[in-house]
Amino acid sequence: MIADLVISIVFIGYAISVLMGFGTILTWVERKQAAVMSDRIGANRAYIRIPFTQVKLVWWGLFHGMADGLKMLLKEDFKPRTYDWYAYAVAPWVVFTPVLLVFAVIPFGGMITPAQLWAPLAGFFGDRSWPMMIANLDAGILIVFAFSGLTVIGAMLAGWSSSNKFSLLGALRAGSQMISYELVLALTVLGLILIYGTVNLDAMVRHQSGTVLGFLPAWGIVYQPFAASLFLAAAIAENKRIPFDLPEAESELIAGYYTEYSAMKMGLFMFAEFIEIAIIGALFTTLFLGGYNLPYMGDAGFAFPGGASLALPHGAVVVTQLVVFLAKVFLVCSFQILIRWTLPRFRYDQVLTFAWKFMFPLALANFCVTAVALWWLRA
Amino acid sequence: MSKKPYIRKQYWNEAEMGLWERAYLPEILRGLFITGGVFLRNMAKWMTGRKGALTTYYPEETRWDYAQANRGKHVLTRRPDGTPQCIACNMCATVCPAKVIEIEAGFDPADTAHPKFPIRFEIDYSRCVFCGLCVEACPEDAIRMAKETPNLPVTDRSAMWLGKEELLEWQPQDDVAKPYPPAPPRMPNGARE
Repeated sequence: MIADLVISIVFIGYAISVLMGFGTILTWVERKQAAVMSDRIGANRAYIRIPFTQVKLVWWGLFHGMADGLKMLLKEDFKPRTYDWYAYAVAPWVVFTPVLLVFAVIPFGGMITPAQLWAPLAGFFGDRSWPMMIANLDAGILIVFAFSGLTVIGAMLAGWSSSNKFSLLGALRAGSQMISYELVLALTVLGLILIYGTVNLDAMVRHQSGTVLGFLPAWGIVYQPFAASLFLAAAIAENKRIPFDLPEAESELIAGYYTEYSAMKMGLFMFAEFIEIAIIGALFTTLFLGGYNLPYMGDAGFAFPGGASLALPHGAVVVTQLVVFLAKVFLVCSFQILIRWTLPRFRYDQVLTFAWKFMFPLALANFCVTAVALWWLRA
Repeated sequence: MSKKPYIRKQYWNEAEMGLWERAYLPEILRGLFITGGVFLRNMAKWMTGRKGALTTYYPEETRWDYAQANRGKHVLTRRPDGTPQCIACNMCATVCPAKVIEIEAGFDPADTAHPKFPIRFEIDYSRCVFCGLCVEACPEDAIRMAKETPNLPVTDRSAMWLGKEELLEWQPQDDVAKPYPPAPPRMPNGARE
């Protein structure tokens, strides 16, 4: 019991620090990647001076994130004269909290057996092993959808309680857009659920560690390449980033539903957005890119298609899985940033048309084809 | 109340999209390949220690391709013996539209040809408009403008004043307009031969 608690606390600490780290690092990655993509240098003026020396640490502009955070903490917190100050104050947290909660069901590593990592731990943990995720729930992906569906409430609350017409327009846009794309998002995943026969994310990852056709890694993107691209597009729309950033389109709505927010409240919205990039990366990795495993790799070690296998010690497997998961998530995040700095913004009617007349039928068709193919193969 | 139906205006140069463009995804991928290619190329340059950007890292780095006739930092020319050619006539300060030149004249009875000389000659670069009228006005060819810009980015406004010492720094080895022979030797008591 106590061992479970300790393991849970360790995992929660790891998950929170990973998410916060990604949220902070991604602000820097976004700036620098955008700069390199457009032949610029990027933000590199913030520095930390070592006290009593003239040594200035610039580190490729890494400290700009700290400068931003400090600025947001120290700025004056303007409040609009609103009739609903409670909703106004609570809205950023309604956006921010579910984003963190989603990570609870995402596995960031395989089974961990503390006794095999370091022998003296056996006295406390016994020879039990735990899957490296905070909550190993059978509902899995349903929890993800349930929590990510909550953020729209925060956006609507923020827009409604700001008593500002720009905010209200942004909130209306956010509401209709997020509800439309949530449907597409769920439909694209249905095909995978049919194939894997489970909604538990850990079981999904285990299912992907095998091979298909003898040599291809059995990743979701191999089974469902079409669903993968639809999922990524819908997820970016869900996160309200360019090309789907209509709810916060600067040139039309100033900042959309958080126009009236300032200082750290506005920072919470931004931070939630950046963490959601990482969450989308983690979800995409788990569903389509084989999760925390390298190709041909399982909890025991590698099993190559030729029949050769390579057993690894438990510690090496755990470290590899943690690192591989982070690397995959980072790559998907980077790809999202690439999309954000490549595509121009849709018009608002195009966004909804795109969801209902293009992606929704395609997702439905993908689902039907998958169902028929599975029925054909299993009959 | 009758309302005219909205008819979208047709332009003569309306883009025509074939089936490939309408499929949307291939064109998106093409765009992503272009931007991703630029990213990878620039990143490879940065990784191998070269510069992967077109922008100039001012002020640590300045452009090399300033025009030869670019009006940048002012320079005070010198006589062969090293004294400034300026005779403190104040014509440049008078013509200056931004009123940035300040000259304090001094008197040197030993130099009979040019008894007036500048004790202070200061230019405020926070207000200078780089029009070049001071160069036009000078009767002695004492002030010119080099193509390099003065080192303007400073944290203090008072640091944008350049004095006589900084302006006299210009030491060309050859100048078509003005040959610079070596300075004549001086007598031990300081007087010239």
